[in-house]
Order: sequence, then C-alpha cells, then structure tokens
Amino acid sequence: MKNCYLGIDVGSVSTNVVLMDDNNNIMGKVYTKTQGKPIDAIQRGMKEIKTAIKEEIKVKGVGTTGSGRQLAAMIVGADVVKNEITAHGIAALNFVDGVRTILEIGGQDSKIILLKNNVISDFAMNTVCAAGTGSFLDRQASRLDIAIQDFGKMALLSKNPVRIAGRCAVFAESDMIHKQQLGHNQEDIIKGLCDALVRNFLNNLGKGKEIVGPIVFQGGVAANVGIKQSFEEALGQEVLVPPHHDVMGAIGCCLLAREHAAKGHLTEFKGFDIINSGYNVKGIECQDCANLCEVIEIVQDGQIMARWGDKCGKWNSLVKKKEKLA
Amino acid sequence: MKVTFPHMGNQYVGTKVLLEEVGLDVIVPVDCSKETLNIGTKYSPESICLPLKINIGNFVESINEGANTIVMIGSCGPCRFGYYSILQNEILKEMGHEDVEIILLDAPQGNFKGLLDSIYKLTKTKNPYKIINALVKATRVLYQIDDLEDLMYYKRPRQKNIGEADLYYDELHKKIRGVRGYREVSRLIKETKEKILRIEEDPGREVLRVGLIGEIYTILEPSVNVYIEKKLGEMGVEIEKSLRLSHWITEHLFLNPLNITMDSKIRKEAKPYLKTMIGGHARETIGYGIHYAKRGFDGLIQVYPFTCMPEIVAQSIMPQVEKEYDIPYLCLIVDEMTGEAGFNTRLEAFVDLLGKRKEMKVS
Repeated sequence: MKNCYLGIDVGSVSTNVVLMDDNNNIMGKVYTKTQGKPIDAIQRGMKEIKTAIKEEIKVKGVGTTGSGRQLAAMIVGADVVKNEITAHGIAALNFVDGVRTILEIGGQDSKIILLKNNVISDFAMNTVCAAGTGSFLDRQASRLDIAIQDFGKMALLSKNPVRIAGRCAVFAESDMIHKQQLGHNQEDIIKGLCDALVRNFLNNLGKGKEIVGPIVFQGGVAANVGIKQSFEEALGQEVLVPPHHDVMGAIGCCLLAREHAAKGHLTEFKGFDIINSGYNVKGIECQDCANLCEVIEIVQDGQIMARWGDKCGKWNSLVKKKEKLA
Repeated sequence: MKVTFPHMGNQYVGTKVLLEEVGLDVIVPVDCSKETLNIGTKYSPESICLPLKINIGNFVESINEGANTIVMIGSCGPCRFGYYSILQNEILKEMGHEDVEIILLDAPQGNFKGLLDSIYKLTKTKNPYKIINALVKATRVLYQIDDLEDLMYYKRPRQKNIGEADLYYDELHKKIRGVRGYREVSRLIKETKEKILRIEEDPGREVLRVGLIGEIYTILEPSVNVYIEKKLGEMGVEIEKSLRLSHWITEHLFLNPLNITMDSKIRKEAKPYLKTMIGGHARETIGYGIHYAKRGFDGLIQVYPFTCMPEIVAQSIMPQVEKEYDIPYLCLIVDEMTGEAGFNTRLEAFVDLLGKRKEMKVS
C-alpha cells in the first residue's frame, strides 16, 4: 500500500489531475480539456488516473485549485482548496530551489510571481482583460494551418522577425493578417507574434517589478519553444521550463495536501467511486430580494450536495442544516 | 413630490434621514443588484465609469416605484463626476422620463446662493432652522453608521462563528427601510451595535491589517466591489478605508469651500509623488497608502472603476510606494465585466502572501 496525494487543477481551458507519492514522484498525470464541462473533465481525469495506476494506493490528501476549485473540492472531497498563485508558487519551488521569478501563462490567465527566500513576495495577474494567451495561440495556429505543437518550433527558424502590435489579441490578429498580406513568411510572422505576446506580458504584468533569476516558465504555453526563446531574449537570461510545466498547479495541490496530511489531518476524499456517480448542476435565481442571486445547486445522484452563489448565505446554510439533522 | 437619490454604500441612511427630517416623501432605491447594473449599462455611454451606470440603474428602479424627483450631488474636481448630473439628465430625458426633475446640490464655489436656492427648491421651506436641524441629524446618523462599520471591520475577522456579524448587519439594513426619521434610524443602529458588540470572539485568530484605498464609489459600495470587505473580513483581514462617507461630506460640502480641509496631512504624504490636484482622489489614494504603510499595515489594496483617470495615475505611482515603504500592494479594477472567480483568486493569493510575510517577520 503506497501513500499518495491527489492534486486537481480545474481551469477554464484545461483540467489537470496529478497523483504524487510520498517522495514527490509523479505517479500519474492527466491533462484534459475542460470544454466548459468541468464535472465531466474531473470525472474523466480521475478515471484515467485510476486506470493508469496498477499498484495499491491509499490517498492521504486531496488538494484543488483553479477557477473551478470549489466545485472540484465539493465533488471529490478535498482537504485543501487553494488559489492558483500559491499552488503554482509551491510547485515551482519544489522543482527549482531558490526560484525568484515564475512566469505562468495558461489558457485564460497569465501571472507573474516573485519570490524571496522561498516565499512568495509579490505577484500580478492580468487585471482588466482575460488575456487568453493560450487560447489565442491555438486559434492563430489553426488559422495558419499549423499544428500547435509545431507552432513554437517554426518561430525558431525565423531570421527576420516582423514587428506585430501586441497590445491586445484583437489588434495582434488584425496586424498579423496585414503582415501576411504584405508577403512576410510564416516563420517571421510567428516569431513576431511570440515577441509581441512576451512584450505585452512584461509590460502589463511585469511593470515596475524586478525580474531576477532563476526564472521558471510554466503553464500550458511553456510548451511553446518560440515563446520561451522570446522571453529569454527579452530578459537576457535563461528561462527554465520544468518537465511537468503543464500541470504545475495540480502538483502544487499535491504538495499542499501532503503538508496538510503531515500535520495529522485525515482526508475527506470520497474515493475514486465518484467517477461512477451522476452529477447535476442546477442554477436557480433566488427571488427573495433585489440581488437576484444566481444560486448554484450541485446534485449527486438526486441528493443535494451543496449550494452556493448567494450573497446572504440563506441557501448555503440550508444544506448545512440538513447535514446536521441526518 | 417623491424624492429619490443614487446609492453609495451607507450614504442612503444619511440621505434618507435628511430628506425625511425636512418632511419629504422618500423612495430609497432598491439595493444595487445585477439588474441595476444591467439597466445602467444599457442606457449609459459604454466607456463611462461604472458609478454613473449604477446611478442610472438606481434612478430607473426608483422611478418605476413612483419617484419623480432626484437629488444629486455635484463636484468641482476635474474628474468626470462633475459632469454626472448633466449627463444623467440627458440620459433620463432620452429615455422618456422628461417629467423627472433633478435637483443638484453642488458644492458652492463661493456661490452660496445657488446652493441655497436648490435647497429651498427641494425642501419647499425657507426656514433655516428646519434645514440646519435636518442637516445636523443626517450628519450625526452618518457618523453613527460609519462607526458601526468600523465595528464590523473589527468583528468580521475575529468572530467565532463566521458570518454572524453580517447577519445582524444585513438585518439592520432591511429594517432601516421600514422606519422613518432620525430617532428610529438612530435607535436601530444603536441596537445593532450592541448586538454586534456582544458577538463572541476567537482570541486565537491571527488578524492581518489591510488599507483599502482607491476611488470613493468603488470602495464604499459593496455591490460594485464584489463585497470585498466581507470577503477580506472572513479571510481574517481587518480593513481600514481611506475614504469614508461622513468624512467626505464634511470635507466636500462644508470645509472645502472654506479652504480648511482635514486631509492636508494626507496630501503632504503624497506630495513627493504627486504634487498637484489631478481630480478625483488620486492624492488621497497615494497619501493614505503611505499613511497606512507608516502605521505598520500588512498590505494595501486599491480598487477603482475601469477608465477612472485619477486612479490610473495613482496606480502607476503605487509600485514606487510599494518599493520604498516595503508594503505589498494589489490593484483591482472593476466594471460590469468583473468576474467574481478571478477577483476571489487575487484576493486569496494576496492574503496568503501577507500571512506568509507576517510569519517570516515574526519568526
């Protein structure tokens, strides 16, 4: 029987599940698309993990992160529910001791995390606009008819990058089309796009912040060697990409869950059986006051598990009371 | 005549008392909700700042309940607020509410007669005793409610059963709508205060202190800042706000025209970074930021509506303050597109960071 920790990162674009043992070895990882159906994605991820693991395991702790962390926590019974910044910071520290800067670009969010003495000292996340760098690159790759896996490699072939306006994805796209029509070749345009995205990242998130090495680059976009190289050129330093860069949030959760278990807490994990349960989410608009809160109701096999979304706490406490009666 | 006015946090308590004490029929707009914002967004210019959109929503919802007169405050700062009443008048006219009258109470820039005329028009009385009496009572009630809010900031992170204080607080707001005049409102506030004071505290709780700075509307109106004070409170953070209603009223309507302001100390703090008045509360944002840093706060959070010019200037200066005073700083920008999940993530991460920093300092 091996002790394990489960980490789940439910983002808007991808859902990742990682199983880690006591020695921080990754026993299984799943990277799957959320496709707007987080519950399906969680169940799919758990199922894949379960089929991949052959030995006997005992889950000692579960952590969730990402924008769907509350939902995931409710479904699997998590012990630790953490925001993405902390989860990513912890994971990066585990791979590169003494890391000072983390650049993270996911599907919708981009963040920069600064650390000092192995503690997060500052961070920034895109504020007004949901940058969506990952999704944007996906879209551009398909528009140029290049597989996303080859997109970054093509940038490396560029000898004469073009300058692309990168303030906003909308401008970048129209400028890109314009440059294509001027006759620039694809490599140069892709390189230009990588440069533009990096410039935009550093201007919007890194402003006023001192970027010191070692620098770690993680998130789904870190697979793109073109962006990595543009970062290195812009910062004049080496940028490290950890081997499991795409599931760092989930790894951070495993580490947090391990820490939690080490303090003697028993896990709330509901077991892998939940992959066979049927889940329903119902949204109701509470009409009791002018707030008209959208209350979300999670139903597992016909039984209400949780409600949230109400501002006054009326619906929330309704479920809690029922639990006490039972 | 049925009078209404726009919401701004707890301001409605004071305004309600003021108008009721001069004997008017008051319609308090329903609490700001998603619907309020929807109405506002539909009828306002797209790139105008958020408060105007909420105001329009408030007006429309009150007009639907029978209001026919709107009281609005003006401002003489070079920020868009000074232009609100004119724009709002045009918008309402265009919507077909031509019969609705807007009475503007503008800060008298040396012209006290203009203000007095507006007041006479509103109150239908020239009896100065009655007006001053109502004003005094309204100001008093504002100080009482601000006082209660301070208690909430203190209790939220310390209460044993999280959410208990807000139970009484929300109840108070429901009750205030049902009563009339200073005496009743004041009694309700006092009762609630006693209840909240009696709430049991958890002595073992680690409490962080954060200064909330930024644009006045967004830091005062909870429906706009996605209930940031409640969220922070429940995460174990005691807050202090740079701008407060009672303070703002005395400052802007009474002291500013006489050139004696209480904020001169704050402005002095901001002076090395921003020498002059650029409108809005940019100087206060920076000044209070420094003020809180000097008082040993754990962090600063700035909140402002998207496209707010003075706050953008302050935001670009704040990283320098952050560095020089070694205090973590987070900036949150709100508008009708604000997603709550992203907002929560940033707040949580920031509070985590502050907690770890404090641990490091202590150990």
